[in-house]
Amino acid sequence: MNVHEYQGKEILRRFGVATPRGVPCFSVADADAAARELGGKVWVVKAQIHAGGRGKGGGVKVAKSLAEVHQYAAGILGMTLVTHQTGPEGRVVHRLLVEEGADIRKELYVGMVVDRGTQRVTLIASSEGGMEIEEVAAHAPQKIHRAAIDPGAGLTDSQAEDVARKIGVPEASVPQARLFMQGLYRAFYECDASLAEINPLILTGDGKVLALDAKLNFDDNALFRHPDIVAMRDLDEEDPAEVEASKFDLSYISLSGNIGCLVNGAGLAMATMDVIKLFGAEPANFLDVGGGATTQKVTEAFKLMLKNPKVKGILVNIFGGIMRGDTIAEGVIAAAHEVKLAVPLVVRMKGTNEELGRKMLKESGLPIISADNMADAAQKIVAAVKGK
Amino acid sequence: MSILIDKNTRVMTQGITGKTGAFHTRLCRDYANGKSCFVAGVNPSKAGENFEGIPIFGSVQDAKQQTGATVSVIYVPPPYAAAAIDEAVDAGLDLVICITEGIPVRDMIATRYRMQGKKTLLVGPNCPGVITPDEIKIGIMPGHIHKKGRIGVVSRSGTLTYEAVGQLIEQGLGQSTAVGIGGDPVNGLKHLDVMRMFNDDPDTDAVIMVGEIGGEDEENCARWIKWNMKKPVVGFIAGVTAPPGKRMGHAGAIISGGKGTAAEKLAVMEECGIRVTRNPADMGRLLKSVL
Repeated sequence: MNVHEYQGKEILRRFGVATPRGVPCFSVADADAAARELGGKVWVVKAQIHAGGRGKGGGVKVAKSLAEVHQYAAGILGMTLVTHQTGPEGRVVHRLLVEEGADIRKELYVGMVVDRGTQRVTLIASSEGGMEIEEVAAHAPQKIHRAAIDPGAGLTDSQAEDVARKIGVPEASVPQARLFMQGLYRAFYECDASLAEINPLILTGDGKVLALDAKLNFDDNALFRHPDIVAMRDLDEEDPAEVEASKFDLSYISLSGNIGCLVNGAGLAMATMDVIKLFGAEPANFLDVGGGATTQKVTEAFKLMLKNPKVKGILVNIFGGIMRGDTIAEGVIAAAHEVKLAVPLVVRMKGTNEELGRKMLKESGLPIISADNMADAAQKIVAAVKGK
Repeated sequence: MSILIDKNTRVMTQGITGKTGAFHTRLCRDYANGKSCFVAGVNPSKAGENFEGIPIFGSVQDAKQQTGATVSVIYVPPPYAAAAIDEAVDAGLDLVICITEGIPVRDMIATRYRMQGKKTLLVGPNCPGVITPDEIKIGIMPGHIHKKGRIGVVSRSGTLTYEAVGQLIEQGLGQSTAVGIGGDPVNGLKHLDVMRMFNDDPDTDAVIMVGEIGGEDEENCARWIKWNMKKPVVGFIAGVTAPPGKRMGHAGAIISGGKGTAAEKLAVMEECGIRVTRNPADMGRLLKSVL
């Protein structure tokens, strides 16, 4: 699960991580009031969407007067912000963060991820703040410093100070940088984060260490421990189809092609998408119905796929195993009837009673095309969609 | 022979009385030598009772002492599953197979940290389990699709493992052991660990390695194979079409920071002399062609 920058900063402050003062705003009037409350002479008006690259897309503005705050807030709220992470359709801005301006002397990068190799949380830091870390990794890998964090000891003083010095924190600010990174690790650990990025972390003219931006992702499997974080979920930022799918315990991701796929198991679902591409078409979605593909789940899955107007055909690929072929066939037939299926449907299934299942599909009177294996299924659906 | 488990393995089920644990313990008991293999269940509040004749003990330690079981399979719900692994490790079991899907990563980091220096091996979590066909199955895979033979299978994905097995059968090839290592980012045995075992197993002639996007396990395994593997290996990686930054069902199946793409993995595997296919329907045929 992702949260907005302002929510991430709220969480970080609880763990002693310093940030500029700021106020979340939902209207231009909110922004006016926030700027007056914050005081000072410079404010930053920041679009709050779950995507990076907001500055380049015109979603972050520095205001030098209350009038400018008003003007920028009015301009950004409601705008469709397009960044390299939103896709070409962009994202409508519903929320702002108005912050006090900061006197930036230096921009650095600090992040944390779970490293699968060491099976530990790893601190990643760089002197190249404000740039994407992937870019730094590609062009100046020597500027990236890492420290694997021992789950027993946590991020030690010497580890944090060492990293701080390596990324160019001046000696006088090293203790502050250490406390910053240790606070970030405590937040990461205690909130079950899966990713934390402070980009940039800044050093101010008076030697302070602040998180100018904050991106936090959380482990979905641990949300049961964090009702306060769940309450921060913003459904406006999520794909409605994915939200709908999660209600039925379906794992769904929208893609750009025109062949809907319904599969059991994540690996097989990815493989099914791959085989569609191999035979010259593109999948419209990833959809894993999980182990217990009941009639109800299959029906909901069909409805979900067909809500996408781009879908011109559907491929069902079920490796039944313990689930019986006739049960799967029953589900597919019921679903096809209920949604009044009007696009070609290819079904490939394996498992106990698969012959009986195929016979049921054939005798259902529905225009269902049976396939023997994944390649055969992909070729048949691609041909059907292309009208061959 | 086989790897990890055979007909002489004695197994306890942690979470035997839950719906999933009960259902699959029954199917495992009914498979091949299951009746003599599945000797105990664990549930702290039901010690002294039994599950269809399988005695239930209050702790892993008790189950081990009373029955001699040295392997456990875990179906405990996600919030408690890591603690169940810890208990099995503390009791000094040889092998723990954790089927549970959805364990918080933080719990697994702590559990793997505690396991350092201990002898217990872990398969999973979030995996289908391990099967040595016609001898024993521990997990949720459909037993009847397998047949005894000389091909090893190792995979991060459940149904894709079944797919590989199904294709081997179509080619007339049985399996020595099939291992599902699971789709989570922090887990026990990796491709590399299982590959070493297949290399040392005199009854395995060749291996199918099925991977997916995310992490670098497949690359690490491929580099090891290049210098050490004495047997042919073929591979497939799922997720060529997966977009970056999106978690494809499995918590571990995500391309992040430009790392872990299928194309990159396939390239490293090919460089290391592994025959790979981009067609998931072609795994069985490809394996047959290298024998």
